[in-house]
Amino acid sequence: MWNEEKERSASRRVYLKQQKRRRYLVFCLQWLLLFLLLALWELLGRWGVLDSFVVSSPSRVWRTLLNVASNHLPTHIGVTVYETLVGFSLGVLIGLTLAIGLWWSPFLSRLFEPYLVVLNSLPKIALGPVIIIIAGAGTRAIIVMALAISLIVTVMEMLSGFLHTDEDLIKMARTFGASRRQIFRHIVFPANLHTLFNSLKINIGLSLVGVIAGEFLVSKAGLGYLIVYGGQVFQMDLVMTGVLILALVAALMYQAVRLAQWLCTRFISHDRG
Amino acid sequence: MPLQEALRVEHLTQTYQAKNGETAAIDDLSFSVREGEFVSIVGPSGCGKSTLLSIISGLLTPTGGSVWVYGEPVTGITPKIAYMLQRDYLLPWRTIWKNVIFGLQVQGKDTAERLSYAEELLKTYGLYEFRDSYPAQLSGGMRQRAALIRTLAMQPDILLLDEAFSALDYQTRLAVSDDVYRILRREHKTILMVTHDIPESISMSDRILVLSGRPARLRAEHDICFDLPERTPLLCRNQPEFSSYFNLVWKELDVYVE
Repeated sequence: MWNEEKERSASRRVYLKQQKRRRYLVFCLQWLLLFLLLALWELLGRWGVLDSFVVSSPSRVWRTLLNVASNHLPTHIGVTVYETLVGFSLGVLIGLTLAIGLWWSPFLSRLFEPYLVVLNSLPKIALGPVIIIIAGAGTRAIIVMALAISLIVTVMEMLSGFLHTDEDLIKMARTFGASRRQIFRHIVFPANLHTLFNSLKINIGLSLVGVIAGEFLVSKAGLGYLIVYGGQVFQMDLVMTGVLILALVAALMYQAVRLAQWLCTRFISHDRG
Repeated sequence: MPLQEALRVEHLTQTYQAKNGETAAIDDLSFSVREGEFVSIVGPSGCGKSTLLSIISGLLTPTGGSVWVYGEPVTGITPKIAYMLQRDYLLPWRTIWKNVIFGLQVQGKDTAERLSYAEELLKTYGLYEFRDSYPAQLSGGMRQRAALIRTLAMQPDILLLDEAFSALDYQTRLAVSDDVYRILRREHKTILMVTHDIPESISMSDRILVLSGRPARLRAEHDICFDLPERTPLLCRNQPEFSSYFNLVWKELDVYVE
């Protein structure tokens, strides 16, 4: 099979080298782009093209960041991260449970299908006032908001994954007399591990959207609160700092899910490459 | 024949209900298979062959008629009958070993004794060194072997093969059917194979049942006999009788293939 081993490995080396160079180039350009954008933002402010008072500037954001003591940044970040993680975990747990239930009973899944579709397209933020009245104007309402936004998507995503499991694999398990529970445990769930992680990746972002929306409506702390507060007192430095930190938090959370997926496919189930 | 009857199918009828009416898949089908016999069922595509196997295996309850295994009626999945599907259907996230013991695990029969039997099978049929590999790392023929061992580990009396080699390319298919045939003969199993491949059925079976198109009825029955001391599918294909058997079965099928 691998005759001409030496020639092959020589051309392979060239190929791998090219691939590596390309990855390196993209990586460098990505950072360069970020640097250029920040530099442009700063310079346009200094040259007076942009009004730094309105759009802030990297140096102003930096100063705000250094001023941790007066603006309680760590507390705000902590509150937002906490609310997001709680909303996210609840969304995944409840969503997964509901999806399993609907997979279990084709009757129920047909019964609830139109409701899921409508709930899915409904902007959940519209439920804000109701949520605040029921859950109280505080952390609970914010978590419920995050849950409302991520839950239905999880249910729909996971259910569709479960229902699209290879019928023949299920038939194979049935020929060995597997019960519905065993079919789920040994076939349907492992076959949908990638669906689960895709749904986690979407959910972590959606939970953050829910938390920020919730914090805009009711809160005494959190990045959403900080942004709204900054806007009200016309401290745009605070707003931009909040937005930048939010971007960083979102990216880190997404990477955490990716890391979990990597660990999971590496150590628990085999990646079907 | 002194051999005991292993499987008997009596007046089997199957109709499907659908929105636009009912379809008859099998119509009053009766036959039996003796212990240790290799019987093939040949019929045009879509004639209800797979339905038949689903019924015999106990996956599907027939609309009429009955299936008996060693004198006992089949009412659901039974450990006496094993059913091999068209492809290997090894689970990609399990190692070969974990795949092989899948059936045992599902039925809670993963006792030390059964597990060591499965291990013996892996050793005998040359897959032991691949026990920690994943299915994707194995060739089509080896995967088919692993699937066969997964079935044999259940120690069934009767094996149902549903076009078990149809997913393989022609050369692999010849080699794998030869391989599977040797293994099954060595393990003294009773086989009922469903196929639309006439050469395959002639080369492997002791007896061929020819079915008509939908709804499936028994059209003809042929004993296949080769003058060979040690019979294997590949050798059979080179025998002079082979083509006359082929013509015989082909003609009967031809009437119904339109």
